[in-house]
Amino acid sequence: MTDKEIFEILKEKFGEAIIEFVEAQAGENYIKINPLEIDKVCAFLFSDTNLHFDSLVNLSGVDDANGEKKTEEDGSFEYIGGTLSVFYHLESTDKRHKITLGTTVEKDQPDVVSVTDVWAHANWHEREAFDLLGINFLNHPDLRRILMPYDWDAGHPLRKDYKDPEYYQGMKVPY
Amino acid sequence: MALNTEEMTLNMGPQHPSTHGVLRLELRLDGEFIVDVKSHIGYLHRCFEKHAEAMTYPQVVPYTDRMDYLASMYNEFGYALTVEKLLGLEIPERVEFIRVIMGELQRIASHLVALGTYGADIGAVTPFLFCFRDREKILSLFEMTSGARLLYNYIWVGGVARDLPPDFLRLTKEFVEYFKPKIKELNDLLSFNKIFIDRTANIGILPKDVAVNYGITGPMLRASGMKWDLRKDDTYSVYNKFDFDIPVGDGRMGTVGDSWDRYYVRILEMEQSLRIIEQAVEQIPDGDVSSAIPRRIKPPVGQVYGRVENPRGELGYFIVSDGSVNPKRIKVRGPSFVNLAIFGELCKGHMIADVIAILGSIDIVLGEVDR
Repeated sequence: MTDKEIFEILKEKFGEAIIEFVEAQAGENYIKINPLEIDKVCAFLFSDTNLHFDSLVNLSGVDDANGEKKTEEDGSFEYIGGTLSVFYHLESTDKRHKITLGTTVEKDQPDVVSVTDVWAHANWHEREAFDLLGINFLNHPDLRRILMPYDWDAGHPLRKDYKDPEYYQGMKVPY
Repeated sequence: MALNTEEMTLNMGPQHPSTHGVLRLELRLDGEFIVDVKSHIGYLHRCFEKHAEAMTYPQVVPYTDRMDYLASMYNEFGYALTVEKLLGLEIPERVEFIRVIMGELQRIASHLVALGTYGADIGAVTPFLFCFRDREKILSLFEMTSGARLLYNYIWVGGVARDLPPDFLRLTKEFVEYFKPKIKELNDLLSFNKIFIDRTANIGILPKDVAVNYGITGPMLRASGMKWDLRKDDTYSVYNKFDFDIPVGDGRMGTVGDSWDRYYVRILEMEQSLRIIEQAVEQIPDGDVSSAIPRRIKPPVGQVYGRVENPRGELGYFIVSDGSVNPKRIKVRGPSFVNLAIFGELCKGHMIADVIAILGSIDIVLGEVDR
């Protein structure tokens, strides 16, 4: 099945939760979905016998680098507002089709519903997106930092306006 | 006298010789039996993804080498393919053949480390030396081509850094002939050794449907009896020109998907890689290897997910471009990272000594887990 056909099926079933079909200038198209309904859409894609997306290939968080850019005198900058995105690459190992889902949340309230219940694979990827970008996955069983130290309190490093901390646990960095 | 029967917590690592790097395992034990294992990673985090955002597209290539440092050629291969997919580049056929030969040699080299260290973890040190002796011959081939033994910076976006040296194809043929009987030697010494089988068969059994749900790929998935290999199932480069099989685990020594199957699938894969190399060396066409290398890479706005079958499984790159010379985001879906996530489930109910047997059979590289 093509991604356009799958979009039509989802649109009919979920209506408002399926926001739009995004055609990319280069690379791949994706289906944009409401972040608070993504778990229901994924559960349907997984369990429907004709679609049967049994495999989550990849889950990635992205800082969209939009919003109002405020530059300080020392050259550092900060984004006021702006959005974060999560992309899901799904695949069916027996039906042999693939699809990309995307969802966008405001930085002020970055809540996305976790899909760990559908694919156990999502667990560590969602922890990574939380750790590096600060996306809050609701209903996640174990949302902790994964790559950064557990006591890292200087924010989320993959945000475009991340600033290196001056001190880590009382030690000056860089030394 | 009352016995202490409460559960005990034991930390294994981060400096444990059998964790193949800096991995900390938090074991919850009931006597000598595992109740639960938590993996704590991140000790080798080098911010690859953050670095990549400050680099231009060609400058990212050397960084990819340093993720899975036992399969550097394949990391570059995957990155180059993904950027080419975003740009829509056509690649000369000779380049594709060179990449496949390098990739398959790298797969053998990587599997030799996996098999050798696995034996050493369990107590068989001799096969480890045999494996490293043979791997050294592959590294010499890489060295004469790229100038480096481990971190090559050889496969570039649009081509390869330089053409093959004059003797390379002859030496590669010689290596294939040399290496074929060595696989039998390894089988006699380790694979069908009674002690080794007792330590690994029926240990850490991974059923097929659980593996798919956890996103497991590579030899680990195939050992669970699933015939899934991106070289055939989502073919890329020139792999469709070669005749080779996908070995799967058959539970010969115990149950399908146990540690012995994961070990033996890698042996069978090395034989198939030799077949691919033989065919590629025969068929390689002449041509210019640098004609398609773009002078300046500035892809249009968009996003792409590209993937290859690396020695450990599916290596994916998700690249978001904002139309500038720097990538906006590169996310790496590393097979080691994903395969490690199921480790705790596999260990439940086994004994402490089996933790090492299971971890070795997953074959992780911490450089890629932590990136």
